[in-house]
Amino acid sequence: MRNERTTEEVALGIRRRVFEHSMRNNGGYLSQACSAGEQLAWLYNEELKLGAPTLPMIPKPFEGVPSPSNPDYHTGAGYNGPAAPEFDRLFIAPAHYALVAYATLIEVGRMAPEGLEMFNKDGSSVEMIGAEHSPGMEVHNGTLGIGLSTGAGLAWGRKRRGEPGRTWVFMSDGEVQEGQTWEAVQAAAFHGIDNLYAIMDVNDQQCDGAMSSVMEVGDIKTKFRTFGAVCVEIDGHDVQAMRDAVAEPHEGRPLIILARTSPYRTMPILEERFPRLHYVRFKSEDERARMNVSIAADLGVEPVDYSH
Amino acid sequence: MMEMVSRPYARAFEAFAAGNPDILCLSADLTSSCEVDGFRDRHPDQFLSLGMAEQNMMSFAGGLGLAGYRPFIHTFGVFMYRRPYDQLMASIAYPRRKVRLMGFLPGVTTPGGMTHQSIEDISVMRSIPNMTILETGDATEVESICEAADSIDGPVWCRVLRGSVPRLFDTPIRVGEMRELSSGDDILVVTSGICTEEAMRARSALARAGLSIRHLHLHTIKPFDAQALLDHIGSVRHGVITLENHVTEGGVGSLVAETMADAGAGKRLIRLGLKDTYAHGGSRAYLMRHYGLDALALVEGIEDLTGQAFGITEGDLDAARVDDVHSLVKAEAL
Ligand SMILES: Cc1ncc(C[n+]2csc(CCOP(=O)(O)OP(=O)(O)O)c2C)c(N)n1
Ligand SMILES: [Mg+2]
Repeated sequence: MRNERTTEEVALGIRRRVFEHSMRNNGGYLSQACSAGEQLAWLYNEELKLGAPTLPMIPKPFEGVPSPSNPDYHTGAGYNGPAAPEFDRLFIAPAHYALVAYATLIEVGRMAPEGLEMFNKDGSSVEMIGAEHSPGMEVHNGTLGIGLSTGAGLAWGRKRRGEPGRTWVFMSDGEVQEGQTWEAVQAAAFHGIDNLYAIMDVNDQQCDGAMSSVMEVGDIKTKFRTFGAVCVEIDGHDVQAMRDAVAEPHEGRPLIILARTSPYRTMPILEERFPRLHYVRFKSEDERARMNVSIAADLGVEPVDYSH
Repeated sequence: MMEMVSRPYARAFEAFAAGNPDILCLSADLTSSCEVDGFRDRHPDQFLSLGMAEQNMMSFAGGLGLAGYRPFIHTFGVFMYRRPYDQLMASIAYPRRKVRLMGFLPGVTTPGGMTHQSIEDISVMRSIPNMTILETGDATEVESICEAADSIDGPVWCRVLRGSVPRLFDTPIRVGEMRELSSGDDILVVTSGICTEEAMRARSALARAGLSIRHLHLHTIKPFDAQALLDHIGSVRHGVITLENHVTEGGVGSLVAETMADAGAGKRLIRLGLKDTYAHGGSRAYLMRHYGLDALALVEGIEDLTGQAFGITEGDLDAARVDDVHSLVKAEAL
């Protein structure tokens, strides 16, 4: 099921779905589709070695939280295929990117389009903040900064068991403000966890706005290197740069790819709201209508009929 | 029709803090989500952005306390104690710093699921020596929370409601007291936070069923006036029922149970809340129904307590408010 479409086409498909969804719902995590479209498209369409999905194309409703009285509990990881030794694993560390991740699952044929219609609906497993029972998720990451540590532990464990599959973590740049991120890199370097891979959406924004106005994080590439990772910085909208970056030798060290991105890539009208793009809720019917027409034209689709 | 107040915290905090040089507003990248974005823009010299780095923020606030400031920390409640619990203990609670911990989105008021829902914070805070605990249940309490918290000589944990908040009361929080909302003599209902509005929804249906309810609302959970509660328990025939937006272990239900056990009060107690379970993501009304935190759950609890069935259904209860997920008064994002 790989490579039937180019990664650029998949990225466009992701943006179209997130755009349509955000228009219908008068808002959403829209800018994350702009910044991360290529990264998630590249991971799922080319780079990750995944088996066929083991869960139904149309997601099942929420089936309860883990507890001794819920013996059939399972996570949403089955959308990424079975957890077999040879396959890769992926965590979406910033769980608010879930909408973009679900759109990706649809674009690569791992979830039915109906899945997105269940987004944030009561009783659905397709949660707004990706939960571990949500499609494509294996662990809860809504509390930011824990994903890379879990990835490091899983990678170390898999390496010890001789599993060839890699562990990937998709990260956001806000996460570098949390101390735990640095503890994770330190541990991964110390223990030589080179089957751990991260790609970070460096869109320079967080909830309050531009990262530099909230908490300056400085030269994170140098920081990651100093903490012991191999770190490559690329244009996060350039798929070839991703292919090159992942070839970087990193024996005995985790590989971290910093994907520098724009939060209004392919949707230039969103720049009007820059740098407050973390969650786009249209401020008026007029703004919603203008953005609908403008973004639809940019993405080569008809404006969304959101009146009903 | 109930009066709804839009963003009461935004106005109340600004009115309280602006111009008081000893009060500082701290935020961890959730400034508009905690309704202090206007304050940040109009009073930048009293605002400190600490980024998404809660552990540092807690000890930093402890340091500010040492320097004589009274920091008001703003973030979602869940991010203010789970990860930075050690810092909360060592830098704030033990030395009794005057840090005001403004925890937004208590319990199931957020659709963000397990990682966003503070469902055991009261239990944790109750077991921390030196901690005071306040919880808001309406707009008037949100409007008076800053003053109430700042009257305490030590750290204060506050559960704060945001967005569109109903006005249920007309007097401010008086720390250490409890509100007596009805004075019946069959059953004592004890609620806090958003569960008080739920209990009020059931009021007329229960009255029609011939039940005389005594209803207490708690805005102060610690310190607690045990004798006042015992007096109320003494004036009802059947027993006590608690309803809280929290797990039943360690919260208001436990507080009432401990008070009764300590005094040897031999009446039945039913504790409603999250029953030793995590919650998941969804709308507030849906989650309150799913986990049994709403008016109907209270009615069922009362049926259990009295051994009677009243045949009350959702249709007999006063209408629930349904919040529009994308209403403009709702703060930015999760
Ligand atoms: C530990 C923790 N603190 C705070 C939050 C609230 N929060 C959710 S997303 C976010 C911004 C993080 O920055 P980033 O992921 O880079 O945001 P984006 O680029 O999507 O705007 C914050 C503060 C959280 N989820 N977890
Ligand atoms: Mg970012």
